[in-house]
Amino acid sequence: MKALRWYGRNNVRVESVPDPGIVNPHDAIVRVTSTAICGSDLHIYDGYIPSMQAGDILGHEFMGEIVEVGPEVRSLRPGDRVVVPFTISCGACFFCKNELWSLCDNTNPNAWMAEQTYGYSPAGLFGYSHAFGGYAGGQAEYVRVPFADVGPLKVPAGIPDDRLLFLTDIFPTGYMAAENAGIRPGDTVAVWGCGPVGQFAIKSAWMFGAGRVIAIDRVAERLRLAEQEGRAESINFETNRDVTGQLKQMTGGRGPDCCIDAVGMEAHGGSSLDAMYDRVKQAVRMESDRAHVLREAIQSCRKGGTVSLAGVYGGFIDKMPMGAAFNKGLTLRMGQTHVPRFLKPLLRRIEEGEIDPSFVITHRLPLDEAPAAYRMFREKDDGCIKVVLTP
Amino acid sequence: MAAADRRGPGGWLGRTSDKNVHQWERAASVAAGAALSGLALWRRGWTGVALALAGGDLLWRGLSGNCWCYRLLGVNTARTGAGRRAVMRHRESIKVEHSVTVDRPVEELYRYWRRLEHLPRFMEHLVSVHELDGHRSRWVAKAPAGRTVEWEAEIISERENELIGWRSLPGSEVATAGSVRFAPATGGRGAVVAVSLAYDPPAGPLGAAVARLLGEEPARQVADDLRRFKQVIETGEIATNEQVLSEAGAP
Ligand SMILES: NC(=O)c1ccc[n+]([C@@H]2O[C@H](COP(=O)([O-])OP(=O)(O)OC[C@H]3O[C@@H](n4cnc5c(N)ncnc54)[C@H](O)[C@@H]3O)[C@@H](O)[C@H]2O)c1
Ligand SMILES: [Zn+2]
Ligand SMILES: [Zn+2]
Repeated sequence: MKALRWYGRNNVRVESVPDPGIVNPHDAIVRVTSTAICGSDLHIYDGYIPSMQAGDILGHEFMGEIVEVGPEVRSLRPGDRVVVPFTISCGACFFCKNELWSLCDNTNPNAWMAEQTYGYSPAGLFGYSHAFGGYAGGQAEYVRVPFADVGPLKVPAGIPDDRLLFLTDIFPTGYMAAENAGIRPGDTVAVWGCGPVGQFAIKSAWMFGAGRVIAIDRVAERLRLAEQEGRAESINFETNRDVTGQLKQMTGGRGPDCCIDAVGMEAHGGSSLDAMYDRVKQAVRMESDRAHVLREAIQSCRKGGTVSLAGVYGGFIDKMPMGAAFNKGLTLRMGQTHVPRFLKPLLRRIEEGEIDPSFVITHRLPLDEAPAAYRMFREKDDGCIKVVLTP
Repeated sequence: MAAADRRGPGGWLGRTSDKNVHQWERAASVAAGAALSGLALWRRGWTGVALALAGGDLLWRGLSGNCWCYRLLGVNTARTGAGRRAVMRHRESIKVEHSVTVDRPVEELYRYWRRLEHLPRFMEHLVSVHELDGHRSRWVAKAPAGRTVEWEAEIISERENELIGWRSLPGSEVATAGSVRFAPATGGRGAVVAVSLAYDPPAGPLGAAVARLLGEEPARQVADDLRRFKQVIETGEIATNEQVLSEAGAP
């Protein structure tokens, strides 16, 4: 089959590799009909996720048709159409039973690697480095999906892939970011990052009853999408350097009640001091993550407010404004999305026409053109916001 | 699990030596550190303090070849590839203890473990265990270079749903003992399984083989064994990232 493989920093290729097969009794093989490139893939593409190996197959946002199931699979049959969460969950451990699906105890074959860095290992993920399991990803023609009865959701015919694909990650991720933000009716919600995750966080903030949403980015077409589709007010952090001051002004001196970081470890900070510091330290690998947005969100948040992190952090950051977080009594919530928890409720919203997630798609390309698509998405060329690939 | 994962990719290995920062990076660190420290002299207040701190970190890392951030991430850019030495020295006994919480009642876990023939399913260094009678059993383990070592063992203590203890019969080539304890976890959250394993390598070539029975990192080996035990019990299978069924069958 064809698959997109990683060979190092900014180096990915589409190559021919052996087809996957059933290995464990709860496996299924999915023939991919649509797959997407995620901001999380860019962290790998840019070389910031350790424990990648040359030849690894990337991709964790994919859907398709079941072509084969293992002997213990009960709820799926060949021919079924499914969306597949990017998190792999066993359904039987303490964490799965408590709906903390991305923290599953039993799906990371390389748990020891993650334990070294994090103390305990989270769930295995598709196409996301060996520390997260070393599973082959979904930017491919076929994928081996473990525990097929647990994560994947059967979806009805009649709704096109474009509207369903983002159930695999970014729609639930934006939604969980809003849920974690503890939004109460009338709250002002600030969202850093107007990439696909930010766009879904904005839409979801309204679903939780936000009174006002303020979006922050510097890419014109992304800010425009946040205004038009997301009905958000916007701040361009490049023309308006003092984001914290601007937010204070816009909120009558109080600050946003809820702050969502939808940027993560590769934040741009222009010439701000902490951003310079991060750049130097990240360049010589003394700090793994650039935390400009996280610091800014903590600084900007109103007293007693909540900072919710959807943007991914991988390792260590310096100069955390812990004093601000502590003395303002902030709540911080974060984590890889517990995708299965959100699949059915969000599918219902799609079916009822409340949201059409395809609004973020700007490019549809064949899988063969994935290397160019990565470059374009990274550079935000050609107004690129979200790329969907067809194998 | 892919063979490469067993060895571990370059980035996240457990072994750390004193120096984990590559030569050129050390030079770069010194340069960047000196630059930041220099810049700090020109800035005042918190700005200067922050730059001086970063500069100091970098200088120290460059000069010592040691980075705490790498240490915790398990990154070692100083290692060139070869030169990993076996951790186990000859003629020292190996003793490892580890525990795991499994979301099942003690009775079920005890019953599974008491059938010693189940052990090779999750203990990677074992090839087979055959129960000869209610108390004695024959164990075959993998040794380096594709060989095997064998011994007979007996159960020396047994308390239903609480404890199983075994040791090799006197006179066996391999002196080994082990125990597993079962206890209900706090709050009705399954059971805690605590394992203790010891191998006492004899002198001579067999000693080297026994010293390597649990691999280069015995503690990790036993931790991984218990993780597999938990997976088998909770899910009925062992997680793997293999793409196709290997000839040996399911992991
Ligand atoms: N928690 C999860 O489970 C999960 C799932 C998917 C994605 N993510 C993460 O969410 C983040 C966003 O993903 P995406 O697909 O939208 O990525 P993206 O790269 O398309 O979007 C990031 C956006 O942040 C903007 N940005 C950069 N610096 C900024 C700053 N200082 N202030 C405001 N905006 C800034 C960029 O201009 C860009 O538009 C990534 O870190 C990704 O890894 C997390
Ligand atoms: Zn994603
Ligand atoms: Zn689980």
